Amino acid sequence: MQQTVPYEAGPWRFLPSAVMAAAFAWFATFLPSASAGQTAELVFPWVPTLGIDIAFRLDALSLLFSLLITGVGAICFLYSAEYFHNDRRLKRLLTLMVLFAMSMLGVVLADDAVTLFVAWECTTITSFLLVGFDHHKADARYKAQQALLVTGMGGLALMAGLIIMGTVAGTFRLSEMADFAGFTSDPLYPAMLILVLIGCFTKSAQFPFHFWLPGAMAAPTPVSAYLHSATMVKAGVYLVARMTPMLGGTEVWSWTLSLVGATTMVVASFWALRQSDLKLMLAWTTLMGLGALMLGLGGGGYYAIGGAMTFIVVHAFYKAALFLGVGLLDKGAGTREVGELGGLRGAMPMSFIIIALAAASMAGLPPFVGFIGKELIYEGALHATTEEIFVLTMAVTANALMVAVALVLAIRPFFGTFRAPHAAPADPSILMWGGPALLALGGLGLGLVPGPFGALIGQITEIVRAAPGAPELKLWHGVNGALMLSLLTFALGGVFFWGVPQLRAALIREEDRVPDSAAVYDILLNAMRDTAAWVARTTQNGRMMSYLRVTFTTLALMVWGAIFVGAGAVAQIDPDIPLFHWGLVIAIAASLSTIIFTGSRLVAITALGGIGLAIAVIYVLYSAIDVAMTQLLTETLIVVFVAVAFTKLPRAGTGALRIGDAIIAAILGLGVTFALLAVLGSGLEQDVSAFYLEAAYPQAAGRNIVNVILVDFRALDTLGEVAVVLIAGIAALAALRAGREVKK
Amino acid sequence: MNSIILRTGTRALIPVFLFVALMTLWRGHNDPGGGFIGGLLAAICVALIEKAFGVAQARRWLILPPMMIAGIGLSCAILSGLWGALANGWFLSSVWPLYANVDGKWEGLAAGSILLFDSGVFLVVVGVVSAILFALEEAGVPESRKDEP
Repeated sequence: MQQTVPYEAGPWRFLPSAVMAAAFAWFATFLPSASAGQTAELVFPWVPTLGIDIAFRLDALSLLFSLLITGVGAICFLYSAEYFHNDRRLKRLLTLMVLFAMSMLGVVLADDAVTLFVAWECTTITSFLLVGFDHHKADARYKAQQALLVTGMGGLALMAGLIIMGTVAGTFRLSEMADFAGFTSDPLYPAMLILVLIGCFTKSAQFPFHFWLPGAMAAPTPVSAYLHSATMVKAGVYLVARMTPMLGGTEVWSWTLSLVGATTMVVASFWALRQSDLKLMLAWTTLMGLGALMLGLGGGGYYAIGGAMTFIVVHAFYKAALFLGVGLLDKGAGTREVGELGGLRGAMPMSFIIIALAAASMAGLPPFVGFIGKELIYEGALHATTEEIFVLTMAVTANALMVAVALVLAIRPFFGTFRAPHAAPADPSILMWGGPALLALGGLGLGLVPGPFGALIGQITEIVRAAPGAPELKLWHGVNGALMLSLLTFALGGVFFWGVPQLRAALIREEDRVPDSAAVYDILLNAMRDTAAWVARTTQNGRMMSYLRVTFTTLALMVWGAIFVGAGAVAQIDPDIPLFHWGLVIAIAASLSTIIFTGSRLVAITALGGIGLAIAVIYVLYSAIDVAMTQLLTETLIVVFVAVAFTKLPRAGTGALRIGDAIIAAILGLGVTFALLAVLGSGLEQDVSAFYLEAAYPQAAGRNIVNVILVDFRALDTLGEVAVVLIAGIAALAALRAGREVKK
Repeated sequence: MNSIILRTGTRALIPVFLFVALMTLWRGHNDPGGGFIGGLLAAICVALIEKAFGVAQARRWLILPPMMIAGIGLSCAILSGLWGALANGWFLSSVWPLYANVDGKWEGLAAGSILLFDSGVFLVVVGVVSAILFALEEAGVPESRKDEP
């Protein structure tokens, strides 16, 4: 029996990780200068006439995100290389992840609104491809499309918002916009605010757009760890921080952010407890984290902003470690269902340590950095400019629920009776657990020695607030309000954990009764499909005659509209024309009446040819030899084509339809005639013709001016026309072949 | 169609048609003609062959699939534009490697990027007209009698 050798990816699989690590090191060299407030810039002109450049700028805020993207990226890429070691799709996965990382870096480093938008859309597209990585599954395709539509719609809103901002400020450079103080007093401020925030809220999965993020868990685990912990979902948070100096500081700004953030936070924490799949549980806690960040940014004070910025790092560390840790469990024990795991601390010690450390940071226990982040957020909430009680209640509830989730994560799979789908569960290799272990220990290390990192956070706080003043990052702030709130959180968290089974049961019971924005999404999507189907059914009835009627009626309306709007003097028809020309006119009129009144199709086609010939003769009379030749040759080909399609031609309408067709034809014909007379009456510019006559031979080496214009002076037009001819040919082929398939 | 007169006549006419079509293309820059008109002439030649010998024979005579001919034509036009961009710095500017303006009079061989562009137009017209004509003919023929694989 032949044994197939399992696929094994070569050493190249470590390359993306190595590149990311190098990029991380490179960005790290900017730490001292950026913390001191210096910036680095890189600008390429792109569309200088519109003031749009490809501009990048590295300040403390960008640096923080760049470090996260490259640092967590290096770890996730290494993890993926091992996770998909025996999967042929590893190349595709790593390629997409690297493209995604580059787009993300583009977002956080862009200093030009258009550059930012382009990078923003790139992250949407690459994440769509990553979420739909298992594209053979219908569910993954559906979820990927959902993520794409929600974030893509937000992207369009963002584009509109950025364009308004650029127009108002007169510049597309973000660093220059930050110095422009007139946004909040501009009458268009509400429009900018709503559009930009829709972009940020969809990207960062804020309520009510939050549903796409749990859906995006259809992606492989390393992808979720990277996109949905450290990077993509933080893009909205980054942009809100970036926009705070421009659009922030108003009541409506802080209220919107606080309300949306707090709602997301609490809704997400409850639903997190309802999940039994560990990965989905993490997805919902990510929503909670994102809500907390928006809440902090909405607070506006330096504690709130500093707390939010610290929490970005805290969250990236523990959430990436947890996602990857759950991946370890999945790989090593065979499932992510919390109910099927238990007592694994002995069999999988590394996974246990990683998840326990990360969960401790998530719960905000001292001395982890999570504690510092949470203290700052509480401190910020205590100083909130808007409703403190509301903000505090929301923050404490959500954090207490986080404590409960952290306890579930650290206890359920590892204590109690031993159970796992795999017979002998064990930790995967160090290549897989090394990265998450580093992240989990990082959360501890930053908590113990927050000093150097505090300088960066301080600088960012000043950038975001556009004012001096920064919080100090330290573990022990003394006995104050925030510490009391922390203790309250731990106590409440314990209560929640104890009540998790009851809470879950209640949530599952109520699930169907709670209005769900995912259902609204489905309704909207189906409505769009139905509308499209209805439009196609009603307008595309497949009958040539009705298409022609619609086309010609539209054309007639446009021509007459243009005449009424724009026509000036109409040229007078010169009655004194040579006798021979009258002969042509009579020939055309005779052919026309033959076409109209004959009963025979063959006669009608022949008469149509007669009109073509008469027109060709008119061209010859006015020395347009090239046009006349083209006209004659086209007439010949038309005869060939009509002969082929002879028996398939549609029947002319009868009775009222025929009268209707006659009216359409008459209106259109008269309209074109008037339009031409109006063009002649407007006094044609003769300079252009004179230029062509003069320049054709010396400059373009041709004496046939028509041809010189076609292939040299206006060659770009011709290129476009040739492309259109080709496209029309493809369309005609498709139409003819489609008819064939219907007949089968 | 099965007419011995048409077939014999067509055989005699093919070279004449092609010669006139290519001549029209070549002289187009200075005298009436050009790629579009030349292309139409060549397309009429294809139509004549199709009428006399049938679609399968006409396809064989063209060697390449008609839409590929059209595609090559469009590529030629774009290439001539890139040629101009490389030589003069802007897209679709004319390049005359063998033709020079000596004291207001052009001398040498009038072949260059413009001829390439015009040939592209010629090929697109021939390709698209033939493709539509063949498809129309075949649309009328029942599936079983289709004379191509």
